[in-house]
Amino acid sequence: MSVVTANGFELDTAGRRLVVDPVTRIEGHLRCEVNLDENNVIRNAVSTGTMWRGLEVILRGRDPRDAWAFTERICGVCTGTHALTSVRAVEDALGIAIPENANSIRNIMQLTLQAHDHLVHFYHLHALDWVDVVSALGADPKATSALAQSISDWPKSSPGYFRDVQNRLKRFVESGQLGPFMNGYWGSPAYKLPPEANLMAVTHYLEALDFQKEIVKIHTVYGGKNPHPNWLVGGMPCAINVDGTGAVGAINMERLNLVSSIIDQTIEFIDKVYIPDLIAIASFYKDWTYGGGLSSQAVMSYGDIPDHANDLSSENLLLPRGAIINGNLNEIHEIDLRNPEEIQEFVDHSWFSYKDETRGLHPWDGVTDPNFVLGPNAVGTRTRIEALDEQAKYSWIKAPRWRGHAMEVGPLARYVIGYAQGNPEFKEPVDKLLTDLGLPLEAIFSTLGRTAARGLEASWAAHKMRYFQDKLVANIKAGDTATANVDNWDPKTWPKEARGVGTTEAPRGALGHWIVIKDGKIDNYQAVVPTTWNGSPRDPAGNIGAFEASLLNTPLAKADEPLEILRTLHSFDPCLACATHIMGPDGEELTRVKVR
Amino acid sequence: MPTTETYYEVMRRQGITRRSFLKFCSLTATALGLAPTFAGKIAHAMETKPRIPVVWLHGLECTCCSESFIRSAHPLVSDVILSMISLDYDDLIMAAAGHQAEAILEEVRHKHAGNYILAVEGNPPLNQDGMSCIIGGRPFVEQLLEMADSCKAVISWGSCASWGCVQAARPNPTRATPVHEVIRDKPVIKVPGCPPIAEVMTGVLTYILTFDRLPELDRQGRPLMFYGQRIHDKCYRRPHFDAGQFVESWDDEGARRGYCLYKVGCKGPTTYNACSTIRWNGGVSFPIQSGHGCIGCSEDGFWDKGSFYQHVTDTHAFGIEANADRTGIAVATGVGAAIAAHAAVSVYKHAQDKKGDDQA
Repeated sequence: MSVVTANGFELDTAGRRLVVDPVTRIEGHLRCEVNLDENNVIRNAVSTGTMWRGLEVILRGRDPRDAWAFTERICGVCTGTHALTSVRAVEDALGIAIPENANSIRNIMQLTLQAHDHLVHFYHLHALDWVDVVSALGADPKATSALAQSISDWPKSSPGYFRDVQNRLKRFVESGQLGPFMNGYWGSPAYKLPPEANLMAVTHYLEALDFQKEIVKIHTVYGGKNPHPNWLVGGMPCAINVDGTGAVGAINMERLNLVSSIIDQTIEFIDKVYIPDLIAIASFYKDWTYGGGLSSQAVMSYGDIPDHANDLSSENLLLPRGAIINGNLNEIHEIDLRNPEEIQEFVDHSWFSYKDETRGLHPWDGVTDPNFVLGPNAVGTRTRIEALDEQAKYSWIKAPRWRGHAMEVGPLARYVIGYAQGNPEFKEPVDKLLTDLGLPLEAIFSTLGRTAARGLEASWAAHKMRYFQDKLVANIKAGDTATANVDNWDPKTWPKEARGVGTTEAPRGALGHWIVIKDGKIDNYQAVVPTTWNGSPRDPAGNIGAFEASLLNTPLAKADEPLEILRTLHSFDPCLACATHIMGPDGEELTRVKVR
Repeated sequence: MPTTETYYEVMRRQGITRRSFLKFCSLTATALGLAPTFAGKIAHAMETKPRIPVVWLHGLECTCCSESFIRSAHPLVSDVILSMISLDYDDLIMAAAGHQAEAILEEVRHKHAGNYILAVEGNPPLNQDGMSCIIGGRPFVEQLLEMADSCKAVISWGSCASWGCVQAARPNPTRATPVHEVIRDKPVIKVPGCPPIAEVMTGVLTYILTFDRLPELDRQGRPLMFYGQRIHDKCYRRPHFDAGQFVESWDDEGARRGYCLYKVGCKGPTTYNACSTIRWNGGVSFPIQSGHGCIGCSEDGFWDKGSFYQHVTDTHAFGIEANADRTGIAVATGVGAAIAAHAAVSVYKHAQDKKGDDQA
């Protein structure tokens, strides 16, 4: 029953099948099935995207200048990153250069997203995989205070403060109305934190919930709202006026000060709460070394955060760019987004069909035909699935590959590449973290490594916000207040046909949009997103994706509680609305469910 | 005996005195048109009533509604979740997963039959046997209908649940369907927007808790208190519209002076929402204030009404009220109608006076 995949992972389907559906605390809908051996160790893993919306076909025939708004709605969690990717794709197709200020503002907005999204992920989507809320009730507030003060000078750390939170929590639990904490895995032996660390973490869960809404106000200043701020092909819609009449209707001194103050608060919260919590929690889980998956052998990043406008070369990108394959950290491959042989998507295990499913297609030639069928070994019915057949089609996610390789993307991928490049901005914080925890370099190739890289990146992003805000102000001071280039705004100035590609490094990893424009309208639009890479199903060669690889060989403390599965899946911060929106021209299917 | 934190305790904990609390109860009684004796009953109810169970389901969506919800500044979302409602199911933040999560739905359905609020983010797709949105191995629409059966009322969060939104834009390949089209036997409150404003979301929820009734809705099913007027009606750039001062092209002198964005496509004149009054993210700004026109994201079918940069051609500077009323899909009621009527009357009166002058 045991097989070895093309990318070197041993799968064994002999044991009992455990199904987790829905996987919660993620964006969108995901199902996971695993086979457990007699020791409750995962020997086979199947990850299934269980939603699909079809945005690309909806984009056909529309104005390319509107595409950012449509694609932004791919995801409201990583809000803005699809919009930025989209305006870059359109600008690439039409040869539009943006002003320096627009580049700085876009970077500030993208970094705001990174900082916010990572923070919310850590506390509100991921923490409960490591933190036992019920255990916090038994903590000594004095010990909690001592612990908090030993790791950070964050002022909210008195025994009275922690006691108040604990009392509130007690009342909440005693009410019998447990709300989101109902049916959690409290008391599981998989939880390793002492009560005082649990109380500290739960307290910061609530503090972070209150604080996160401040960070996004930067999007509100520059983009008018959050979630889903506004963007513009050719620059940014927020005009700058710091001197004259009507300045109050534009980006002015008060607005710049507001952003500046939020950046300071964000840096402080991340460096004084998030990072110390991360290290404190990690120190109790040093022995839990599972979840590495693809991270030590195949990682990829397109790079992002251009220092100067209109230059997307590696040297100008502050987030690293490149691909590592076969575990060879000494060689970083350049990625060509336009080469039809490099990025390809396969569908032989996805609920889509191609004419020839043994082959992959480059996004510019992307075809997507829905084909919802279950394999012969699936258990249950078409609308009541008990177990999937992973030998056949089993996911609404396609399988993207880079030169045939399944790749992991995301903060850990970026840090591994940055580390391998010897870039001190990424290498030094990793080395420091490992030294603090007394761990070897190999330890970063793990669930915990993924979670740690995200935290380090949140801090990196917050400090870079400061860099670009200062840069913006300096540029304004030098007399440049331009925010938009409208030379090619009018479709009459466009070529009859154009194609472009735009990329960003979204919080969850490498994101690319490919656009074909014909006669002023969108002719084809394809997005290949981070969770498509990470959550990918198998491909014709038998390679498994990052989620599946990372779950293998992990023991479960309790066979009927999927705590460790959640822990590792969450370390990727899955985003399923992103992963599974892809859809082709022949989407209309006539079968419909009956509605009362 | 477990003790439940009641509304009264919540208010006390937030620093509201008993005296203010009782005053609030008698004002509430008056507002509800009840006799003064009812104040005591309201006070009693608020002192003893447990938190209302809320089940928050996610269909086809992008989670922007949840993200918006957690941005609420007043009330803070931590207070909403810990003290005002009992958010028993929300797969975005709940600790449990898989069958431990599914079991909660079963429990709520029976234990709180007729008493829980069903909040829906996103919508059910009906093509592909409903299987383009699968929860627990089944079509989302099944879960939605099951939970609707025993709920007290439905809140359709955002434009997905209210209208269909982006996945329902032409050609709607999954046949994404708004919630009120599949749930027909329960009151459905639509809170549209992509996403809705955070304080509008918590405002609707706390209105129901505070006044123990559903808010008054317009003909489209939206709370009048937040959707009764167009963005344009209260836009701070309205004087520039009236004065004919427009942004003609991005980053021009007009843009830098904060002129009206109508000519670069602003949909404020036809969009019913509270953005120009409540504003976004604690009142920091709203799209128009940050230089981009309104894209009309709270309106039905806003994705299919032409480019966001095409100006609303049949809206004219004069007589705009009547015209926008026709193009807007909502019936203008409440204050909106009053202003419209007032404007119409003033114009009429002015014309009459003028006529009179001429005759004299």
